[in-house]
Amino acid sequence: MTASVSAGEAPTPPVAVPDRPKRVLMKGNEAIAEAAIQAGCDAYFGYPITPQAELLEWMARRMPEEGRVFIQAESELGAINMALGAAATGARVLVSSSSPGMSLMAEAMSYMAGQEVPVVLINVMRGGPGLGSIQPSQSDYFQATKGHGHGDYRVPVLAPASIGEAMDLVATSFELAERYRTPVIMLADGILGQAMEPVELRYRTPERLETPWALTGADGREPRVVRSLHLKPEELEAHNEDLQAKFHRIAGHEVRWTGEQLDDAELVIVAYGTAARVARTAIARARAAGMRVGLFRPITLWPFPEFQLAELSQRVRGMLVVELSAGQMVEDVRLAVEGRCAVGFDGRMGGMVPSPDEVVAALRRLDESERQGTRALKARRPRRHAPLTGPRPVTRAEWHRPPVAGGGPSLGDDVFSPFGDDAWSPEWEQETPPPGVPGSTSGQVPGQADTPVPEPVAPATRNGGRP
Amino acid sequence: MSVDATTPPRVIFERPELLADRSTHYCPGCGHGVVHRLLAEVLGELGLGPRTIAVAPVGCSVFAFDYLEFDWCEAPHGRAPAVATGIRRVRPDAFVLTYQGDGDLAAIGTAEIVHAAARGELITAIFVNNGIYGMTGGQMAPTSLIGQKTTSTPRGREASLAGYPIPMTEMLAILPGVAYAARGSIADPSAIGKTKAMLRRACQAQLAGAGFAIVEVLSNCPVGWGMTPVESIRYLRETVVGTYPLGVLVDRMKKEA
Repeated sequence: MTASVSAGEAPTPPVAVPDRPKRVLMKGNEAIAEAAIQAGCDAYFGYPITPQAELLEWMARRMPEEGRVFIQAESELGAINMALGAAATGARVLVSSSSPGMSLMAEAMSYMAGQEVPVVLINVMRGGPGLGSIQPSQSDYFQATKGHGHGDYRVPVLAPASIGEAMDLVATSFELAERYRTPVIMLADGILGQAMEPVELRYRTPERLETPWALTGADGREPRVVRSLHLKPEELEAHNEDLQAKFHRIAGHEVRWTGEQLDDAELVIVAYGTAARVARTAIARARAAGMRVGLFRPITLWPFPEFQLAELSQRVRGMLVVELSAGQMVEDVRLAVEGRCAVGFDGRMGGMVPSPDEVVAALRRLDESERQGTRALKARRPRRHAPLTGPRPVTRAEWHRPPVAGGGPSLGDDVFSPFGDDAWSPEWEQETPPPGVPGSTSGQVPGQADTPVPEPVAPATRNGGRP
Repeated sequence: MSVDATTPPRVIFERPELLADRSTHYCPGCGHGVVHRLLAEVLGELGLGPRTIAVAPVGCSVFAFDYLEFDWCEAPHGRAPAVATGIRRVRPDAFVLTYQGDGDLAAIGTAEIVHAAARGELITAIFVNNGIYGMTGGQMAPTSLIGQKTTSTPRGREASLAGYPIPMTEMLAILPGVAYAARGSIADPSAIGKTKAMLRRACQAQLAGAGFAIVEVLSNCPVGWGMTPVESIRYLRETVVGTYPLGVLVDRMKKEA
């Protein structure tokens, strides 16, 4: 697997730039705003919030210059609903905010998904929960990929790792939004928004598609209604089936990711956005120390590059997920990997950013625990799958797990289980974990010690062997 | 009196072109049908049908798009003025109106209506006030009268517990962005005629680019109020107008002229 970018059915044609594009030093928020203008954004609606305020300010100055629409709304609710209205007429519409504002926009996200209204939202993420901080964070991964409003729907989520890429992905976001008639989220963070980088002024203006659904006034045609309300269950089910078919099309065609130094990698860092920038430095240092480490960087967080990760997991020993959060994308990585290799996590929260050396240390821990686990497992029963991480503080998952009957990685008698003892079947964990596997939480499938288990083996999840 | 058999009969009453030829889902005696008809008449007379993009509320009149034949956009509960703002700004040639109930406009959507009015958005808001949440089964609305029994004020609305009715249109009328604000009613033919004139003026305010316009239409909800249609109309005429006096609250187009 080489470094590659997989795009959708209609990959974006390269831009024909007559002259060499100029490189200028630009702040992320402003570069994104200008890229949106150059991409043909007709209307922008926003509300001040740090760390995205410069985006709004840039639009306040530039949109009227271009004869386009700018409104500073009374709230994020106002902004997103103005966007809904404008986009329902077929206009190209941008909204930006930061985490708490995105929570307010959650309601309209659901409506826009149901009404199939194309709007691009930029979330310059900051730390949460609540008012949190104004420092960079990636703790809105769940919100962007699985959360926001109610109902069965998905929206494409794009995650740039540099200001230049963000400028390009703004145009891609408009393309996706209009091609699939859906809201699209671009997930930046406080660093991408606030940092300045040299960027090439290379802009892209997506082609305008026909909008035979848009509200333009019923002049000489049947009236149109842009709606999500279908009170008859048969109608709503049919509407949902159409939406689901669309989501499957998106999942099939629009997965984007990139990889670096994966050819000989034994360990892979999976990271997006700013975390991937840190990871890249960490990989250089790890390689200098003789570790064979590569980078897998999802560009679309939904659709998630799950098949690509699954493929990769068959030929690497472990993956380290690095995020500026308590560990959100790591859940999707584990789902994709299905226990085929070790998955570790390293992250900081609340606006803290892990240093490359911290990431290298986490790589070493993963490396060591994977080797140890593999040795221990081999001693007991030859199996390639290892416990996932080395000695570490109690994780969230363990906290929710009641003490295991009959030994095992007991957390002590005082561990509180919100699910009660009944929630955990003791038979799942009857076997004690192999010795010398600190922190192992894997119950073991009874296996014969000397008989090699044929590959591929059943996925060893964290609770491998669970019936 | 002789009748000339060669003269074709003169049509003196017909369904407005913009009103769909289908029966509504509204309860017997509901006032929404009257307001729909007035709106269809006014927009038809002004020739605005092909230019109109309307924003539907959440509530009983959420299905207005089934009865009024122009383009409609659905809005989340209370957000119609924001949605209308977005439409009007990117489509300066469109005629944009919101059709909202009292729960939509005076409770959950207060921020949106106040700021649309404050910005002087060129939209026309039709505010149908029947003092109750009809769609959800008759709960208290912010506009319910003191003493009014609803399913959520079973002893009648007490100011000490539930506050006072909001005179929304009076509040909006003081904003300089508001070109026209008036309150009509559907209680009797005379009131209906005056309400139609108000709707026409509110549409003209938008056409003239004068600013935001709102017409509050006092309406009835026989089922929610626990009355027969006749009783509900009497209650509307005799009691509701005591809290919400009828008339034009502001007409800034006049001053400018």
